[in-house]
Amino acid sequence: MYAITVNALTKRYRDVTAVNHLSLCVEEGELLSLLGINGAGKSTTVKMLSCLTSPTSGDAFLLGKSILRDADAIKSFIAVSPQETAVAPGLSVRENLELMCGVNGLSKQARNARIEEITSNLRLESVLHRRAGKLSGGWQRRLSIAMALISDPKILFLDEPTLGLDVIARSELWALIRSLKGKTTILLTTHNMEEAEALSDRIAIMKDGELLLCDRAEEIKRSVGTDRLEEAFVRIVKGERS
Amino acid sequence: MRMLIFAKRNAKELLRDPLTVAFGLGFPLVLLLLLSAIQANIPVPLFEIKQLSPGIAVFGLSFMTLFSATLIAKDRGSLLLQRLYTTPLRPLDFILGYTLPILPFSLAQSVICYAVAFLLGLEVTLNCLLAILFILPVSLLYIALGLLFGSILTDKQAGGVCGALLTNLSAWLSGIWFDLELVGGAFQRIANLLPFVHAVEMERAVLGGDLRGAMPHLLWVLGYAVLLLALAVVLFLRQMRRQ
Repeated sequence: MYAITVNALTKRYRDVTAVNHLSLCVEEGELLSLLGINGAGKSTTVKMLSCLTSPTSGDAFLLGKSILRDADAIKSFIAVSPQETAVAPGLSVRENLELMCGVNGLSKQARNARIEEITSNLRLESVLHRRAGKLSGGWQRRLSIAMALISDPKILFLDEPTLGLDVIARSELWALIRSLKGKTTILLTTHNMEEAEALSDRIAIMKDGELLLCDRAEEIKRSVGTDRLEEAFVRIVKGERS
Repeated sequence: MRMLIFAKRNAKELLRDPLTVAFGLGFPLVLLLLLSAIQANIPVPLFEIKQLSPGIAVFGLSFMTLFSATLIAKDRGSLLLQRLYTTPLRPLDFILGYTLPILPFSLAQSVICYAVAFLLGLEVTLNCLLAILFILPVSLLYIALGLLFGSILTDKQAGGVCGALLTNLSAWLSGIWFDLELVGGAFQRIANLLPFVHAVEMERAVLGGDLRGAMPHLLWVLGYAVLLLALAVVLFLRQMRRQ
């Protein structure tokens, strides 16, 4: 069974079509990157798949559950890390993690074990009792990712997860994301080609709300006769593919 | 259970903000002390402690609108709410989670206000307990306004609209600082059509032991509270759907 099946998903805002008949499938445990310039429809796609906004037409199924009919069920096994850090500023790092455990229904026992594990994985021990609002952007970003991972989601949406992270923190986060592959299905949106190439099983390129192609990085580069993903992306988006 | 966890978070955010504590508790008390000092020098019936303390108790609640609107608007702006919308929390959990933590805060504010009024000479009677109880529907009214403004404004706009405009309007139109009959005309008619003066008159009547006289004002307050809460829920759900 596919973890995500998207069928002709469309979102229109008055006279603007943000996503137009998008269809694709993501296998369980696969990491798919959504690439596209601003306004390509990546964020709208993630919003529809995470039940934040309703599609104008079409449907999508997450582990067999429809985003139109089974939003409550879907919300029990997904997590989203938005582009902004989206943390509770007045709470400590630990309290933020407890909040996410609580709203996801984890028992107190499971909560402590999970917080310990995620804190260790993301090296948050040194800031665990500090107020989130007082942390630097990089620490807030780590916390944001931790808040998404804390419920051990089956499907994870990561929107520009390494934005604002330094090289070391980014490398550690990449390692963490790699360790999730195979267990967690991940849909990642990014502008960073290096990130997409380093982490993705497949890459989907969108433009003006439409899916231009979806394939492995090697295939995408080969299809335009280059060994650089960035060049391949630019040529595909500009319609210069031979 | 999930709602309570979210409500607990909101309570912590409010209590840990020094401005909330300073304005929520400190500012009304400063006004109570200041106006009592004026009353001691130049006696004005309106500023007698049994008239003034119910007015200040109601006026202090206008800050609850500011706190709740700012918290919601900040959560919208930081996308924390968007993150939480993808969890199993339901719409009712959000509405109750933002509403419930402010009720005990409102009650605490009234208790402190009346406690200081006792020190300033307010007679200690059972009516004071009733007056504190009658604060609840007024709190609901102001919290509903906070939910409403928090759903449609940014945190900066909420600060301006609720912190400056609403606190002033609700004070002027409530008969706390001056007798509305002195102005009369359209001003008084408008004030009587709004809930603020009724909230103050209700508190004054309850404190004076006139429960029957308080009832018409209670109906005004409850009517507005229910209406505004319904409108706030509609607007909150609308912004939730518009993600």
